[in-house]
Amino acid sequence: MTMFKDVLETVSMIEKERLDIRTITMGISLLDCIDSSGEKSRQRIYDKITHLAENLVKEGERIETELGIPIVHKRISVTPISLIAGSSSDLNYVEYAKILDAAAATVGVNFIGGFSALVPKGFTKGDRILIDSIPEALATTNNVCSCVNLGSSKSGINMDAVKRIGEIIKETAYLTRDADSIGCAKFVAFANAVEDNPFMAGAFHGIGEAESVLNVGVSGPGVVKRALERSQDASFGEMAEIIKKAAFKITRAGHLVGTTVAERLNVPFGILDLSLAPTPEVGDSVARILEEMGLEHCGTHGTTAALAMLNDAVKKGGIMASTSVGGFSGAFIPVSEDEGMIEAVECGALTFDKLEAMTSVCSVGIDMVAIPGDTPATTISAIIADEAAIGVINNKTTGVRLIPVYGKDVGESAEFGGLLGHAPIMAVNKNDSSIFINRGGHIPAPIHSFKN
Amino acid sequence: MRAVVTVIGKDRTGIIYNVSKILAENNVNIEDISQTIMDDFFTMIMLVNLDNMSIDFNVLKNELEKIAETIGMSIRIQHEDLFNAMHTI
Repeated sequence: MTMFKDVLETVSMIEKERLDIRTITMGISLLDCIDSSGEKSRQRIYDKITHLAENLVKEGERIETELGIPIVHKRISVTPISLIAGSSSDLNYVEYAKILDAAAATVGVNFIGGFSALVPKGFTKGDRILIDSIPEALATTNNVCSCVNLGSSKSGINMDAVKRIGEIIKETAYLTRDADSIGCAKFVAFANAVEDNPFMAGAFHGIGEAESVLNVGVSGPGVVKRALERSQDASFGEMAEIIKKAAFKITRAGHLVGTTVAERLNVPFGILDLSLAPTPEVGDSVARILEEMGLEHCGTHGTTAALAMLNDAVKKGGIMASTSVGGFSGAFIPVSEDEGMIEAVECGALTFDKLEAMTSVCSVGIDMVAIPGDTPATTISAIIADEAAIGVINNKTTGVRLIPVYGKDVGESAEFGGLLGHAPIMAVNKNDSSIFINRGGHIPAPIHSFKN
Repeated sequence: MRAVVTVIGKDRTGIIYNVSKILAENNVNIEDISQTIMDDFFTMIMLVNLDNMSIDFNVLKNELEKIAETIGMSIRIQHEDLFNAMHTI
């Protein structure tokens, strides 16, 4: 049988190297749920989600069985709620979050994203109310995720939003202080947010998207690491080739799952996001891939170059494998969700500043980083501004998911449990940024945005 | 529709008998079969045709898992599509 080796390779990827489909995320447009009555609008939202996603979990599990590949999460993303709720006379949108939470529980998904606002250039009335509602929404729901897009390469950075989001993160941390400020783990501040990302906490269903689509997020850091382990003497060119091949195979598996689920649910297949998304499990770490390349610890000199090569090779392998590659498609570096990153922070090899440098060459940003609970809101805003600047100037997505853990300081750690892992609290620069942040206004669009 | 059955574990008597018995009972045809010893482990891959299968895929999978436990092997059944997708351009 010619496929003998191939079959065993796939089986080994799934059994030993933790290849999985990280998420199938159904994007649902809520634009037809707008109503001047908040109550009516929410009823429509609930009805639409529970109708369209009724079989999402069931079909996902069926395909998991048939293909023998785990599909870890089944999730939903919706149109940014600020656009839906903005037409209502409500002055607080927490009830919208609660109805999303209820719909998610009914259909059995573990996260629903889209309690979001898009404000790179300015706020609407609905955007302001939504942002003000975020802390309570995240504290009073279980499965709702929120993100705010506050900058873009086309329009610059909304510094008023940056300032406000720093305060919002602090409020959320306080409201969820009994659980190590976990509410903040469900919120991302983005620049250049992508409208078809299937990964949480930053998933939302963009307004340019179809009525309903099925997006897929694939993962497989273990597969890439194992492939590199087998080629200890490889040069950089050879390593890139190995990573591309592994990424190709992983993407093909994801493409198959995505198109099959979409067909069975009778919705169009959206995109496939090939991202190396780590988990706290041993053997599922992006940091360990970088170390496999020859770095003593993730975070030492050379880490940025290693990550840049990894990210680029992953994208190239993925693009060859599917015509529907979208989302982030690269390597994620969430600290608390990656056992190699956690170790690197704990032994002092990986610092906040190095992490920031790494975000300039990979898919996301400062992700799942716990910082001291007494970090001023303006410092958090300044961190967001730095990340947004990296994204806006380099035409890439950057996100910030920071957890200022209430009542904790450097040397302690936050426990989130499950896939969110645990996070050693990282030191941030103690110098003041408040005068800078309090200026307010807008950082103008960069020169390269003028392409018309 | 075809599926791939992978059987891996310590070699013993009756492995093929036990697996093919379940397949035959449920009208699953074996189209190709290949086996070897790898790193001291018995490794067998079967390509089976499910077109005339008399039970649900899930039930067949459970039956195979049950026998896997009895004979102390790992047995997986997966749609052929996955392997074709990952290993062919």
